[in-house]
Amino acid sequence: MIEIEGLTKRFGPFVAVAGIDLVVPKGEVLGFLGPNGAGKSTTMKMVTGYLSPTSGRVRILGHDIETDGIAAREQIGYLPEGAPAYGDMTPRQFLRFIARVRGLKGGEAHRRIADTVAKCDLDPVLDQPIETLSKGFKRRVGLAQAILHDPPVLIMDEPTDGLDPNQKHAVRALIRAMAPQKAIIVSTHLLEEVEAICTRAVIIDRGRVVADGTPAELLARSKHHNAVTLTVDANDAGAIKAKLKALHDCAGVDERKLPNGIVELTAFPKSGALLIEDVSTLAKNWNVKELYAEAGRLDEVFRAITTQDTARAREART
Amino acid sequence: MNQVWPVFKREFAAYFATPLAYVFIVIFLFAMGAFTFYIGHFYDNGIADLTVFFGYHPWLYLFLVPAIAMRLWAEERRTGTMELLLTLPISIRAAVVGKFLAAWAFTGVALALTFPIWITVNYLGNPDNGVILASYVASFLMAGGYLAIGACISAATSNQVIAFVISVVVCFLFTVSGAPIVIDFFQAWAPLVLVNAISSFSFLTHFASIAAGVIDLRDVVYFLSLIALFLAANVVIIDLKKAG
Repeated sequence: MIEIEGLTKRFGPFVAVAGIDLVVPKGEVLGFLGPNGAGKSTTMKMVTGYLSPTSGRVRILGHDIETDGIAAREQIGYLPEGAPAYGDMTPRQFLRFIARVRGLKGGEAHRRIADTVAKCDLDPVLDQPIETLSKGFKRRVGLAQAILHDPPVLIMDEPTDGLDPNQKHAVRALIRAMAPQKAIIVSTHLLEEVEAICTRAVIIDRGRVVADGTPAELLARSKHHNAVTLTVDANDAGAIKAKLKALHDCAGVDERKLPNGIVELTAFPKSGALLIEDVSTLAKNWNVKELYAEAGRLDEVFRAITTQDTARAREART
Repeated sequence: MNQVWPVFKREFAAYFATPLAYVFIVIFLFAMGAFTFYIGHFYDNGIADLTVFFGYHPWLYLFLVPAIAMRLWAEERRTGTMELLLTLPISIRAAVVGKFLAAWAFTGVALALTFPIWITVNYLGNPDNGVILASYVASFLMAGGYLAIGACISAATSNQVIAFVISVVVCFLFTVSGAPIVIDFFQAWAPLVLVNAISSFSFLTHFASIAAGVIDLRDVVYFLSLIALFLAANVVIIDLKKAG
C-alpha cells in the first residue's frame, strides 16, 4: 500500500535521506528506527507530502504523493513529530475541523468522532483548550486526528513519546488492534516498542537503510542472542566459569562483578547453538541465584550498525 | 476549492478564541475615534461627511493590518501545525484563500463596528450616504490589499516580529508610492512611463478615487488584482518551502 522508491532529500550540500526503497503491504507494522538526525522524520515528511523529495517517488495506494497529492493524502492518517494541534481549539472543535476537511459529514462525522474519542480516551478533556492539556492528552489528540477517518495508511512519528508507561501500553494496544486492516509506519527510538508492536523493523543511519527484517531476525544478530546469564557467589565463580567454558556449544564467557560478593556470568553460544538446556542441567548442582536466557538485545544491534551523532557531525564537517 | 470553507471557519473562529480579536477591535475603534475627533477636528470642521474619518484609514491599516497578517502562516510554521494542515487533503491554494478570507472577514467586522460614526454624522446633518458607502467599500478593499501583502510575507518566515516589520515597510511603500517621497526619487532619472506606473501603484490614489464617491471599475480591479497577485505569491512561497 505504501511504495517508496529511491527517495532522496538534500538540504543544500547536506544529504538527509539518501535513496530509500521500501514497500509496506497491508497488515504490516513497520518500525522505523535510527539515531536522532538519521533521516526518519524527513522521510516521513516526504511520504506524507509535507516535503518534496529531491528525487525518487512515493505512492500511496497507487496515488503519487507529488502529482496526485490530494488523493494520496486522503488515504493517509499522519501524526507529525511532536503531535502539533491548534492550541486555541478544544479536542471536540479540533476533531470536527479535521472531520470537515476529510469530507466526513453529519451522522458519519458524529459517529467517527465518538468512536475515536473512545479509542483515544479523550472524553474527560473534550472541552478544554488543547494548549492547556497534559503532554499525554496532547499526544492522544494528535493520534485521534490521525485515525479519525479510519485511513488505510497510518504514519506516526514517535507516537508514544512523552507518555507514561500506562499510556504507552494503551497506545500500543490501539496500534496492534488496528494493524491487520492497515499499512502502518511508526518511527521510534524506543527499542522495546519495536518488539512490542512491529512486524518489521527498518534501521536507518545517515539517510540509508542499514538493516531490514523482523524484530526476531534483528535480535538474532545480537551477540546476546540465546546467551545464558547466571548470578552466583563470588567464591564459586571461578569453577563455574571453567565448567561453562568447557561446554561444547559455548563460544565464550563474560564475567561481571556485582556488589555483595555476587558475580554475573554470561555464556555466549556458538552460532546457531542453544546453551540453555546444558547450563540448566549443570546449574542444578550449583548454588545459582538467578538464571535466564536472552532473545538478544536490540540496542546492541542498534549501536553496532548506526553511528553516533558526534561522529556524524565530525564527518559532515570534513 | 470546497476545502476553503473549513479552513475559513477554523481560522475565523480562532480570532475570537483568543484575546487577539477583542484587543484588535478595541484598539482599532479607539484609534479611529481619536484620530477623527482629536487630530481631525471632526466637529470643528462643521461639515457633515466622513472624509476626515476615512482619511486616516490607510495610516491606521498600515500598522494594524500587518499585526493581523503576521500570525497567519508564521505561527503555523512555528507551532508545527503547518505540517498538519499541509498533509491534510487540502490544496495549498485552498489553505491560502481560506486563511486570507478569514482575516479579511475579520477586518470587515472591525470596520463594520465603526457604524456609530455613521449614525453620528447622519444625526448631525445630511451627509451623502452614497459617498460614505463607497468609502467603506474602498476601505475594505484597501484592507484586503494590506492583508494579502502581510499574509504573503508571513508565509516566508516563522518569526512573527520579522513578518510584522517587513510587512509594514512593504505596505508603506505601496501606500505612498504616489507621494513625493517616492516619486521625487524616480523623477530625476526614470522615464515618465515608469514614474506614472509607480505612482499608479499607490493605495492612496486608488483609495481616494473610490472614497470620492465613484466606484470606478479600474480602482476595484486594482485592489482585487493586487490581492490575487500576492495570494498567488503566497502559494508559490509555501510550495517553494516544501522543496526545502
